Amino acid sequence: MQSLFYDRATDADNALGLARQANARYLGGGTNLLDLLKGDVEQASRLIDVNRSGLTGITATADGSVRIGAAARNSDMANDALIRQRYPLLSQALLSGASPQLRNMATAGGNLMQRTRCYYFTDTAFEKCNKRNPGSGCAARDGVNRIHAILGSSDACIATNPSDMSVALAALDAVVIARSTGGERRIPIGEFHRLPGDQPQFDTILGKGELITAIDLPPSPFAANAHYLKVRDRASYAFALVSVAAAVALRDGVVERAALALGGVAHKPWRIAGAEAALVGQRVGTPEFDRGIGAVADTLLAGAQGFKDNRFKIPLARRSIVRALQTAAQATGEPA
Amino acid sequence: MTSIAQAGNGMPVAGQALIGQPLNRTDGHAKVTGSAMYASDGALPRLVHAVLVTSTIASGRIATIDSARAEKMRGVMLVMTHRNAPQLPKKGQAGAGDMPAGRVLNLLQDDEVHYNNQPVALVVADSLEHAQDAARAVKITYTNSHAALDFAKAKSLLVKPEKVQGSTADSDRGDAAGAWQAATARVDALYTTPVEHHNPMEPHATIASWEGEHLTLHDSTQYVSGVRNTVAKTFGIAPDNVRVLCPFVGGGFGCKGSTWSHVVLAAMAARQTGHPVKLVLERPQMFGMVGHRPRTEQHMQLGAVADGRMTAVRHAVIASTSFQEDWIEPSAILTRMLYDSDSQHTSHRLARLHHGTPTFMRAPGEASGSFALECAIDELACVAKMDPIALRLQNYAEKEPEKGLPWSSKSLRRCYETGAERFGWVRRNPEPRSMRNGPMLVGWGMATATYPANRQAASAAATILPDGTALVRSGSQDLGTGTYTVMTQIAADALGLPMEKVRFELGDSSQPKAPVSGGSQTVASVGPAVHAAATAAREKLIALTIADPQSPLHAVPAEDIGCELGWLYRKSVPARREPMAAVIARNGGRAIEARSETRPGEEKKQFSMHSFGAVFTEVQIDPDLGTIRVPRIVAAYGVGKLMNRKTGHSQLMGGIVWGVGMALMEKTEMDLYNGRAVNGNLAEYHVPVNADIGDIDITVVDEADPHINALGAKGIGEIGITGVAAAIGNAVYHATGKRIRDLPITLDKLI
Repeated sequence: MQSLFYDRATDADNALGLARQANARYLGGGTNLLDLLKGDVEQASRLIDVNRSGLTGITATADGSVRIGAAARNSDMANDALIRQRYPLLSQALLSGASPQLRNMATAGGNLMQRTRCYYFTDTAFEKCNKRNPGSGCAARDGVNRIHAILGSSDACIATNPSDMSVALAALDAVVIARSTGGERRIPIGEFHRLPGDQPQFDTILGKGELITAIDLPPSPFAANAHYLKVRDRASYAFALVSVAAAVALRDGVVERAALALGGVAHKPWRIAGAEAALVGQRVGTPEFDRGIGAVADTLLAGAQGFKDNRFKIPLARRSIVRALQTAAQATGEPA
Repeated sequence: MTSIAQAGNGMPVAGQALIGQPLNRTDGHAKVTGSAMYASDGALPRLVHAVLVTSTIASGRIATIDSARAEKMRGVMLVMTHRNAPQLPKKGQAGAGDMPAGRVLNLLQDDEVHYNNQPVALVVADSLEHAQDAARAVKITYTNSHAALDFAKAKSLLVKPEKVQGSTADSDRGDAAGAWQAATARVDALYTTPVEHHNPMEPHATIASWEGEHLTLHDSTQYVSGVRNTVAKTFGIAPDNVRVLCPFVGGGFGCKGSTWSHVVLAAMAARQTGHPVKLVLERPQMFGMVGHRPRTEQHMQLGAVADGRMTAVRHAVIASTSFQEDWIEPSAILTRMLYDSDSQHTSHRLARLHHGTPTFMRAPGEASGSFALECAIDELACVAKMDPIALRLQNYAEKEPEKGLPWSSKSLRRCYETGAERFGWVRRNPEPRSMRNGPMLVGWGMATATYPANRQAASAAATILPDGTALVRSGSQDLGTGTYTVMTQIAADALGLPMEKVRFELGDSSQPKAPVSGGSQTVASVGPAVHAAATAAREKLIALTIADPQSPLHAVPAEDIGCELGWLYRKSVPARREPMAAVIARNGGRAIEARSETRPGEEKKQFSMHSFGAVFTEVQIDPDLGTIRVPRIVAAYGVGKLMNRKTGHSQLMGGIVWGVGMALMEKTEMDLYNGRAVNGNLAEYHVPVNADIGDIDITVVDEADPHINALGAKGIGEIGITGVAAAIGNAVYHATGKRIRDLPITLDKLI
């Protein structure tokens, strides 16, 4: 473990000030960052603990949104009455992630910032990793890549984002609230994470020292019919090979709105704007609805590219989309 | 028949023999309260910490080492590399070859790199954190040489091992090739199993401490006397100058049966620094220098005639090994004895790779070999259109087929019957894809389990103390399996004392010698030694009593004297009795000690000794997504007499759970460019979690084995894992119609 300094921020402004010191990183639950520091994958000289900065609340706002503080624990979010009633998709996604112990520590902001599980990134014994060591190459492309991306990858990087929470947030059109010394900005979730391109070292668009303070969830029509499907190699405590956050808003059995995002397939939660339009107006259980699902899958998976070990993810993703949308459409309306 | 699913409250039932009772672990309280001291828990004065630096290439030489910065870092006491490490006799290989303890080690004696994750430097500092920090600052560059990492290519240079588990690499009975050609039902299939790593929860850990020429090692090991001998040979010192202590082991599974490099390196560092040195392997360091189950490729050819009788069995094994040792996974050994076929051919060959050396891993040979053999038998049953149990019964070996010896005992027929009945096998529709639970495909599969009933020489000492309690000792190990508990039961029964008045001690190389806790042999080896020592101590006490004119039992014939709950009594007149302690008190107050040395005898040559079992599994498979669940497993075993039905159940269940992992999850992914395990941690190397395991129903059939040893115990450490992967593979075929011959059976192979 590298020697480092530890500061505890009293509020967001205090955190921003402390973070101006050299080589500082914000610390949430530490369930990812501390492992990476111990493994020498990440470097920091100073950790700014933001767990006691007044950022843990989960509150309804006047316009019908819900604001989740960046330091809210994953387990608190998943079990929060507001979240369970209004956003069961998010609750399901959170509960499918990690283990109870990890969820009790991990924060909302930390979950947004968690880094890829690519083997070649998390082990410094591998020389090549453009994400860890820009310009060194990508060992995963010709290496063991069963868990890697089939969409949106680049020559430089084929890593995936491991978050379940973020996939649900993508389907729910969440907005990330970030603050810097220059002020606050609202980042639509779809723009928060990046594709790797030729700069895979950057997972998100956050600037240096910028602090996530909250996540806003807009009013959702998807409380009754939502399903998070996570396909993985064991029943619990495994990252998704493919996951699907699927939701439909129905009126008399006809789709008024739909939302669908994929996890485990790309460097960011994978959502294609407008893809769900193929479902709108279709009656659940009809051949037209099923064809609509097929069209959604076609749009989401357009251009999918597999590598040596992960080609199975392309048919798996298609089948998972079908399963998740059908399950969401049949949901009883009970909250998670 | 003894159903051992749930048994009692863990407390002894009065008036019954303790052996066999489902008693709680004697060390359970110490473990759950944290007072059990594991190898790395010792807080020795002046203790310092070592961290290994390991190679990041698979083959080549160290070109440069820059340790200047590390040496100047806070708290650093020593950076040991091949340039400054003490030179050992025979370049550190003086202990190699004496299996299982003595292996080819990597002790910083030269600049050669034979595999990725090999120790190449060691840093000692005043704290673990300082040592870790400095270890990262040691900068090493390498000169790569060609690394053999592709199993497919390595197969072009096969090596025939000299020996396979004390037997020959190949075996032949009759004309298997000709008989296979002539058979009416045939199977010709290739099965593969991947590299797997043991991953006990407690990593390998050693504390080494010198006092003059005397070395004490606190080591997490399955073999304290093996470590003593290996380390003594490696340093060129007398074994009496090395003492190895290991009261608790947090799991071994075979990887702690050998003495690996880190043990000696800790001792070297302790000698160099003049401090006790603690060295605990980091989890990623468990994937390389401490063994693994090698990759296997197994070619099966089975032939049968119309009634299902097998006329030909061929099993050709290719297993990976390192360039340092020709360690062979003996996957075809069980094929030589399990079924009675007219002809048979087996072979073992090695493909050398630049990996660390493989080693014993729970049921070495039987675990991987039973996957191939028992799936192939299932395939043959499908070809012959026979029930898989009926086919197995048609080829039931009434005596051991290879040597023609009778079995010391064999209850496999009853295991098939019991398992089938408890599972409901009769309701199985043999047609693949014929059974459903809602949308889920349901598959039922079964397989035979087997493991040899091993025994080695062992010794023990039993002492009846003046206070009427007893201390019994044997230099064995408890891997978490219950050795403390069952040896206490055996000793208490023999001494006529209650459990709480007997203390059993193990895990010290200065105790009477016991064998490696491997090969499922501890109960069968150490049990008789403990029984004999305790019996001898009781007999000494009885002799003392009879000779004592002041005893109410004076001059009573010895055979008329019983011992129970701390009393000596006359069997024909039970009211005539006195406490054991009273006899000792009147006769000088000296403890009564007896020692034993027991070993297997002629019975080894007269009988073939094996445990058998039958495993039945149900799988439910999502037809679209390929996800596999195992809602229930039923298993029945014939394993001689169980010493403790509770710990026995736990051990068998642990083996079955591991079998589920072997079937569905476990695989060490080795990078093809630098030979490193890419999933070298417990997040990415998958073993089952609780949610993966459904009902497990275990029955141990009553089995009297008068030949095997005085206790009639066969050992249960390994049989639990055997057959499980095959039973699941067969169930997957039954559910889906897809025959997956490559482990693990992951969902991508089903969609």
